[in-house]
Amino acid sequence: MARYVLNRLAQAVILLVIVSAIGFALLHLAPGGPLSQFAASAQMTQEDLDRVSKQLGLDRPLPIQYLDWFGRMLKGDWGKSYRDGEAVLSVISSHLGATLELMTTATIIAVLLGCWIGILGALRRYSLFDSLATVGAMIALSIPTFWFGLVTIYVFSVTLGWLPAGNRETVGDGSFLDLLHHLIAPAMVLALVETAMWGRFMRSSMLEVINQDYIRTARAKGMPEWRILTVHALRNALLPMITVAGLQFPTLLGGALVAETVFTWPGMGRLFLDSIGYRDYPVVMGILMFSATMVLIGSLMADILYAVVDPRIRVS
Amino acid sequence: MADDTGKFSVGGLHHPGIPNRRQFFQLGAGAAAGWTLSGSAFAQTERPGIPPDKPRGQVIAALSQEPTVFHPLMPGIEVDQGVWWQVFSPLWFIDPDGKFVPDLASEVPTVENGGLSADGLTWKIKLRKDVKWHDGTAFTADDVKFSLDLINNPDFRVRNRVGHSLVKDITVVAPDEIHWRMEAPYSPYMSILSLTFIVPKHILEKVSDPNSSPFHNAPVGTGPFRWGERVPGDHILLNAHTGYHGKGPYVERVVFKYIPDLTVLYTQFRTGQVDYTGLQGILPNFVQEAKTLKGRKIFVSSTSSVEHIAPNLEFGPFADRTVREALYLAINKQAIIDALNYGLPTQTESFVPQQAWSFQQGLPQHKYDPTRANALLDAAGWARGSSGVREKGGVKLEFTNSTTAGNAVREQTQQLLIQDWRAIGASMRVNNMPAAVIWGDFWQQSKFNSVIVGVNFMLGSDPDVTPRFGSGAIPAKGGRGYNTYQYQSAEADRLLAQGARQFDIAQRKTTYGDLQKLIRNDLAILPLFQGFIAEGVKEGLQGFRPNINTSTNCWNMREWYWA
Repeated sequence: MARYVLNRLAQAVILLVIVSAIGFALLHLAPGGPLSQFAASAQMTQEDLDRVSKQLGLDRPLPIQYLDWFGRMLKGDWGKSYRDGEAVLSVISSHLGATLELMTTATIIAVLLGCWIGILGALRRYSLFDSLATVGAMIALSIPTFWFGLVTIYVFSVTLGWLPAGNRETVGDGSFLDLLHHLIAPAMVLALVETAMWGRFMRSSMLEVINQDYIRTARAKGMPEWRILTVHALRNALLPMITVAGLQFPTLLGGALVAETVFTWPGMGRLFLDSIGYRDYPVVMGILMFSATMVLIGSLMADILYAVVDPRIRVS
Repeated sequence: MADDTGKFSVGGLHHPGIPNRRQFFQLGAGAAAGWTLSGSAFAQTERPGIPPDKPRGQVIAALSQEPTVFHPLMPGIEVDQGVWWQVFSPLWFIDPDGKFVPDLASEVPTVENGGLSADGLTWKIKLRKDVKWHDGTAFTADDVKFSLDLINNPDFRVRNRVGHSLVKDITVVAPDEIHWRMEAPYSPYMSILSLTFIVPKHILEKVSDPNSSPFHNAPVGTGPFRWGERVPGDHILLNAHTGYHGKGPYVERVVFKYIPDLTVLYTQFRTGQVDYTGLQGILPNFVQEAKTLKGRKIFVSSTSSVEHIAPNLEFGPFADRTVREALYLAINKQAIIDALNYGLPTQTESFVPQQAWSFQQGLPQHKYDPTRANALLDAAGWARGSSGVREKGGVKLEFTNSTTAGNAVREQTQQLLIQDWRAIGASMRVNNMPAAVIWGDFWQQSKFNSVIVGVNFMLGSDPDVTPRFGSGAIPAKGGRGYNTYQYQSAEADRLLAQGARQFDIAQRKTTYGDLQKLIRNDLAILPLFQGFIAEGVKEGLQGFRPNINTSTNCWNMREWYWA
């Protein structure tokens, strides 16, 4: 196991280097740059822009810029944002809390609701509930998050006035109830697609398990249905869910990107969008590396966890 | 509290420290853009209340871009300026009526008061003695000298040095007086200084790197509001500076709330979560509905920006003035204004805002006349080919038009232009790009055929457009400026040089009037309309005064209060 983990870690490091090089190249080779925002509005001449570009080190050859950035990153210096001069790690950490709050809440909702729908759908296969759940999941997966977010705001904020139309908190309040009040709508919107996915995966997994011989044997032995489900079926059906959970980070981050924009949620998704828009290279690279690391860690954790909970799996 | 500086009085009442129009005629110290307030509250008007004795309540101002640059001398955009106006102070500012009003200076320098030499080379500025930085340190002439020196420091990442680079021999005569000499007379400098914020010497002289220090993210100024907190990506909180030397502030807190999506921004205004919709305001398609909202006031005011089609004058067909005239005649401007912009903007023929003192009346008015456009092209030898597209000497009348991708109104404008120009045998293709791309080298180095863009041509409130239309300001030819149109005219260069040397406002008005006629005649740009912004204010919030002479209408939040 230890050898396997070390191997995977070594692969992850190589992957991260490749990701950083490709990401850096794509980002810098894309047209435009961090000074474009000033060209149209700040009355800066080309000379001014060239001067600032030189001061930021953007006039150097790309490989030199990359090696410089990479070398400093290895020492823990991820650079400074072009926008506000803050250290990249500080910028990321200042947005991370909001995203984790949103993602964790959405995941909890999605797992609980999705698993419940999936299990019930599998147990009542082809029933009205199962059909409605299937159609609902298709709709949920098809609805653009942006549109659903705006509809949610229109219904619950503008029309009914039950929920705030965005923001993480009321400035000056920040109580737990206030935070919760603001969290409901974006978490529900972000959870929608996740719930559908978890529901579909859970249904498939559960169907596969309840048709196994050992379940039939348990029933033949007269074991109560609830015990068959909880002790035998559910535990085995949840195994594939570990892999699903491990690979959820990129999907969640993508969803958060949109939900955070619609609900003016100051998280990583919006930071990433803003930074791309401004061509804030150090921040974009920071988020890229952070996200890639999270995805690799998630994937590795899922594999290890799978091996731990399922004795039939042996990593090598 | 400082005295209200007031407006030009009918009876000629003299306000100390403020040059009146006559004084400007006599000495002109660069002139401010007088303008008639075009902001109109569509909701019921309230009876103005009385400001409270001490700051009360808070204002949440929504912005669609996030302010991130808090050092007011560094490269920033309009939303950053919204914060600078609250935290810092200039020597003087320009009010909505177009008058220079002293701020850190005790009076605006003029020839009459001895602040300006007749040749415009010597400046003597008297400063207020009662100004304190937010940390309690006294503001002095040393801070002004430090700020001007910092701007000219080659290691400092300054926004630009236009005008400032001419300042020489700065002398601190007394804590409340500073003198300097200009290398050459430059009348727009008065206006440039009205948008130059002074920074604290006692803090910034100690930093090792002028481009990066704690000050950059927790600035200390002399403005009406002190830095409170910043939650990146969410909001900036400023607290009232009770020791402020001017009028106000009347609210305890100002919160700049970042809401990137304009639809969401409007929704939050509608639901009452924000008190004021700052930049970029309310989308035109929401304005009619917004007017009907209870408890909300909507102001539609002109901005200094001129929306226009920027032709690259070095690109094939655009080099021919006849082509530009024909294209201009074929644009259904009124349809663009009415159908796409809900009738909110004003048609214009000039690069100068119509409210400015330098605006030239009586420029030839655009007329939508495709028949005449076709006749012009026929006469000039632009013959239609088999595809319907005109040609002359092997050059086809086809080109691309670019603008910021995602700007719905401009994208719809392009569709109208395609139709309008197809009718005269011109083929236009859309080539849009994200903001970070289009305003980079593509725009700066004139790599475009044509662009739809809104540009504020003014230097503050000054009509000096040397960087925009001067022959030596073409970046693609190594010039210093942003003449991306690649416009070259000996007559324009002469007028520009003359205008920058003149201090008499009447003479300057003539000079810049001639320049406007020339630019209109040459069709260096194809003007569509003067920019506008629709902003919403919650009822009960008093003191909002749109100001065309600043980049942001929340310039005077110190005067805002809840009635």
